[in-house]
Amino acid sequence: MPGVSMEKAPIPENQTSVFVVRKRTFTLVFLGVSAVFAISSVVTDYNVIDGFVAIPRAVSWIAENFVPDKKAWSRFPNILEKLIETALLSVAVTVCAAVCALFSALLGTKTTKINPWIGRGVRIVAAFFRNVPDVVWAILLLFSFGQNILTGFFALFFYTFGVLTRTFIETIDEVSANCVEALRATGANLLQTVFQGILPSSAPEIVSWILYMIETNIRNSTLIGVLTATGIGYMFDLYYKRMDYGSAGLVVISIVALVILIETISNQIRKAIM
Amino acid sequence: MPVLKFQNVSKVYDNVTKALTDVSFSVEEGEFVSVIGPSGSGKSTLLRCVNRLVDATQGSILLDGRDITRADKNEIRRIRKRTGMIFQHYNLVDRLSIIENVLHGRLGHKSALAGAVGHFTEREKEDAFRILAKLGLTEQAYKRCDELSGGQKQRVGIARSLMQEPRLILCDEPIASLDPSSAKVIMDHLSDINKTMNITCILNLHQVDVAMKYSKRIIGITLGRIVYDGPPERLSKSKIHEIYQSSEGELITDAGC
Repeated sequence: MPGVSMEKAPIPENQTSVFVVRKRTFTLVFLGVSAVFAISSVVTDYNVIDGFVAIPRAVSWIAENFVPDKKAWSRFPNILEKLIETALLSVAVTVCAAVCALFSALLGTKTTKINPWIGRGVRIVAAFFRNVPDVVWAILLLFSFGQNILTGFFALFFYTFGVLTRTFIETIDEVSANCVEALRATGANLLQTVFQGILPSSAPEIVSWILYMIETNIRNSTLIGVLTATGIGYMFDLYYKRMDYGSAGLVVISIVALVILIETISNQIRKAIM
Repeated sequence: MPVLKFQNVSKVYDNVTKALTDVSFSVEEGEFVSVIGPSGSGKSTLLRCVNRLVDATQGSILLDGRDITRADKNEIRRIRKRTGMIFQHYNLVDRLSIIENVLHGRLGHKSALAGAVGHFTEREKEDAFRILAKLGLTEQAYKRCDELSGGQKQRVGIARSLMQEPRLILCDEPIASLDPSSAKVIMDHLSDINKTMNITCILNLHQVDVAMKYSKRIIGITLGRIVYDGPPERLSKSKIHEIYQSSEGELITDAGC
């Protein structure tokens, strides 16, 4: 190599090398995590070995009891009906929440520059709705609506609204900031910028997030259904408490099958629109 | 009357960062002016003050003799619809077709609703195709923008700004992301627009040689102040070094290529 001498390059002294710092950080993090694990095990009286030993027993118990028997299959039409009801509710909730979230995201994003204070307000409200888990929303709403399908609807709605507002804001800021600047420079107003710039450029991400929330809501609505005595969650709770484990198992299997089905469909949709 | 006149314009970001300090110059109709200077010297801020994407802190900016620094919302829209802008990263809506992006240049001229739903008149569509033909993009008209090369995207950017029927086109680093041959195509188009349509052009450029070749006037900016304003012939090597605050041998232009 011409121009490069073979002498040793000087390594700057009095300065800890990056490599040493990196190793030190790694060791400290490893020790830290181990310590946290040890302390929490002692405090909660959890024994790792017992925990792992219990797994085979648990699996065999599930295999013995939760396999759907003939009686369970005779209930399949009922289960299917509730399953469809739950799935449709999740779709309805997600679509409603998405429409509201889109409006609030347009107020909350920096790209549209509507008003910094409104933007901040929207982001705080969205953070609140998102950080209260949907199960907690359900428990709170039980007081107002009782064991009713509306309770489940609103619990899922609030949580979905919070999540989607945040992700829509991020998507819009990331994807459309450049073209929004150009459209504003042509003299386009806000409405035109939204419909001609923001929506076309962020549509695939927005649809993708809506599909993801539909999947998530089908899973979550099962648990909420246990609380609100509606939908497929109620069926599971009912069979489980009657110790009809075979039917409860069938409920679980049908939920898993539905979620996989929905995931497959939404992956196809994603591929088509990207 | 000059098309554009800056009078003692200053811009301070967040009360601390001085982007422009006491900038004064004026541009006559039909001029082709290049603004050169190091990154962060305030070139982009200068251009964006003209169409109010950035608000100047002090001084006045006259566009056709009217001070735009105090313009209200409707006035800003009126200014913007006759002022084209071309960006380094093209700033197109990538998922829409070329023709839709070109028609975006008409949004400022339309009612809010017609623009939002994308209702354009036959006349506007004919104009768009005529401009695309002029820029050699007829065959690409229905393609999506993300299928285009950088040079083609920038031509769509030019077409969009021509749709505005602009008096003035602001170009923010129009060739900074392009290879040398696409860069030449873009510069030739801009030069042609300037000569045949008599549209005033103000360009931010990083390539001193390109600026000297294409423009009859160069403005040099350093740390937010104008340090040179004149024809390229008078721009000496030492002046270039003053603009870029460098010494002999440190610039790519010194490499002799």
